[in-house]
Amino acid sequence: MHIVVCVKQVPDSGQIRVHPVTNTIMRQGVPTIINPYDLFSLEEALRLRDKHGGEVTVVTMGPPMADQALRKCLTFGADRAVLLTDRFFAGSDTLATSYALGQLIEKVSATWGAPDIIFCGKQTIDGDTAQVGPGIAKRLNLLQLTYVQKIEDFDFDKKEITVHRRAEGGIQVLKTKLPCLVTMLEGTNEMRRGTMADALRAARAGIITWSAADAGITNLALCGLKGSPTIVKKVFAPPARAEKAFQIEVADKSYEDICDALLGEVYKRQPALEQDMVKMAPGY
Amino acid sequence: MAEEKFDVIVVGAGPSGNACAYTLATRGLKVLQLERGEYPGSKNVQGAILYSDALEKLIPDFREDAPLERHIIEQRIWMMDDRSYCGAHYRSEDFNEEKPNRYTIIRAPFDKWFSKKVVAAGALVICETTVTELVRDAHDAVIGVRTDRDDSIIYADVVVLAEGVSGLVGTRAGLRSIPKPDTVALAVKEMHFMPSETIAARFNLQDDEGVVIETAGTITKGMTGTGFIYTNKECLSIGIGCLISDFTETSQTPYGLLEAFKNHPAVKPLLAGSEVKEYAAHMIPEGGYKAIPQLFGNGWVIVGDAGQFVNAVHREGSNLAMTTGRIAAETIFDLKSHGQPMTAGNLSMYKARLDDSFVMKDLKKYKNLPRTLENKHLFTTYPRLLSNAAQTYFRVDGVDKKSKENAIVKSFFTTRRVKGLLGDVLGMARAWR
Repeated sequence: MHIVVCVKQVPDSGQIRVHPVTNTIMRQGVPTIINPYDLFSLEEALRLRDKHGGEVTVVTMGPPMADQALRKCLTFGADRAVLLTDRFFAGSDTLATSYALGQLIEKVSATWGAPDIIFCGKQTIDGDTAQVGPGIAKRLNLLQLTYVQKIEDFDFDKKEITVHRRAEGGIQVLKTKLPCLVTMLEGTNEMRRGTMADALRAARAGIITWSAADAGITNLALCGLKGSPTIVKKVFAPPARAEKAFQIEVADKSYEDICDALLGEVYKRQPALEQDMVKMAPGY
Repeated sequence: MAEEKFDVIVVGAGPSGNACAYTLATRGLKVLQLERGEYPGSKNVQGAILYSDALEKLIPDFREDAPLERHIIEQRIWMMDDRSYCGAHYRSEDFNEEKPNRYTIIRAPFDKWFSKKVVAAGALVICETTVTELVRDAHDAVIGVRTDRDDSIIYADVVVLAEGVSGLVGTRAGLRSIPKPDTVALAVKEMHFMPSETIAARFNLQDDEGVVIETAGTITKGMTGTGFIYTNKECLSIGIGCLISDFTETSQTPYGLLEAFKNHPAVKPLLAGSEVKEYAAHMIPEGGYKAIPQLFGNGWVIVGDAGQFVNAVHREGSNLAMTTGRIAAETIFDLKSHGQPMTAGNLSMYKARLDDSFVMKDLKKYKNLPRTLENKHLFTTYPRLLSNAAQTYFRVDGVDKKSKENAIVKSFFTTRRVKGLLGDVLGMARAWR
């Protein structure tokens, strides 16, 4: 079995600040991490490999320093890592990115065999679009399972996968044929600690680095800024909400008094609710 | 996993570990370096000043690509009381030389740079991996390590403990005892960012010139310790540290000291308008010569802060770390290339070479100083006396100079008495010689 996992190196959003005047993201000096959603994909891929055999290939598109993220993936236990890096890719939006990654995966397939599953994170924490995974599936003409929170069953002989997909209003249980593309939700698993053997292997391994030409990407008009019709019109910090949280003093008060105070504050904001509650009271 | 064996395992990727791993790898030994932090430097804290000499001996052309902040052209030493300082400044155009002698640095980028050199030299560097125990053979010789990743053992002819001040691995293995509270200082620091032009104006600097200020006095509230202010390119590092035993006794807090130091009338204007972007705390081994643990044994050596290699008087530590790391590596290489086993007897050459170097000579020179510095008068009484003396002398108020001089002399004798004064002077002289 061959599993491909797409990852992205992103700024640690917990440490990002928005410039108060220009409203632009201040990336300077912000450390980079692997997009957290991608780690859930990688762990799921590693579990399938451990159970059914095969190989996990991690791929990314990014600047040369993205090799740090890939090396970390190897430390977690991935079998190989490929970095697609070229100045032609600078300024890619989701359309151009999914094109480049699709082409990259074609090349990976030609080199190490066609993947049975491609994993992506639900979305990245810097773009938040959740478009790249589906974009890749469309370009590779693959079935796709998005927002997956659990892999219920995986039958490699029948080439079938059954998953729980989070949808508005409930959970869908979906079964599909392999090959397919899966995007994983957060909290689906916990990333393992790679073994010492993995760590040693990762420290020794070279990261396979491909340029656009190496990956067989010739139509550069579809790449980078040229291939990106998206225009960022405005970036802004949402205004602070007017209503403020406050605390209700509870010291030396009975539970009844605390409940009364709490409900009083709720009813003040939702007068209709009070009427409904009164109607529900016994003996009304 | 297939059992792996290395010539040397280095525990830790600070200055001593990097110096050691670099020296060994450039000589072709098979080296594994294990670091618990996310990247080399992520756990490391220093003021920080880089002394060129120790690094030059490893990487002669380090100035070409190392992330350096400012070269130091001026040293200020301040004795402070609550409202004043009395100091000595030394500034010289001679420090604007082709190969400057001291630089301010920021450790996170510097350590990353150093580690890249180690990797380029051929060592295998693995981060986010904590060594949990030393593995020994039937004769108690150290033969490898275990990590927090799994139960596997990685073997080596010799393990270099460059694990820093707390020395957890060595302590757990019973090679040494936990550092005592009166041999370790706790220092806190903040990085105050401001435009480089502001720094240049406030400290009278041009281009990459820098100033360091070392201070002592009532800022440590009677505890044994010092403060510092260093100029970086676009920020000031300001910090203060005291012995842990003193913090315990006085219930003072490190952040309380730092706040008071920052608000001292002589310091506050230097920091005005700055933005704090980083703060850090770290322990510094300050026990000196007498606190140095056993440094070698069958299959192991200790280098850097783990060996208490800090010259507290001269604020030197990273250079001692690099030098001990280098000398340990050279010793290991010499033994290896002569086919000698890594026994305690053979590794004792490391200690002998250290004794011959400035590292041990300097620490030995000040071996009695830690005890002398426990004299609290040095941090409270004398700074106040000094400040009062200076003020009496410089204030023009119609009193004749002779009377002023008499008053100054009298103030010393009434405050400390003849016996106290003599004792303090003799104590310092004896500790310094």
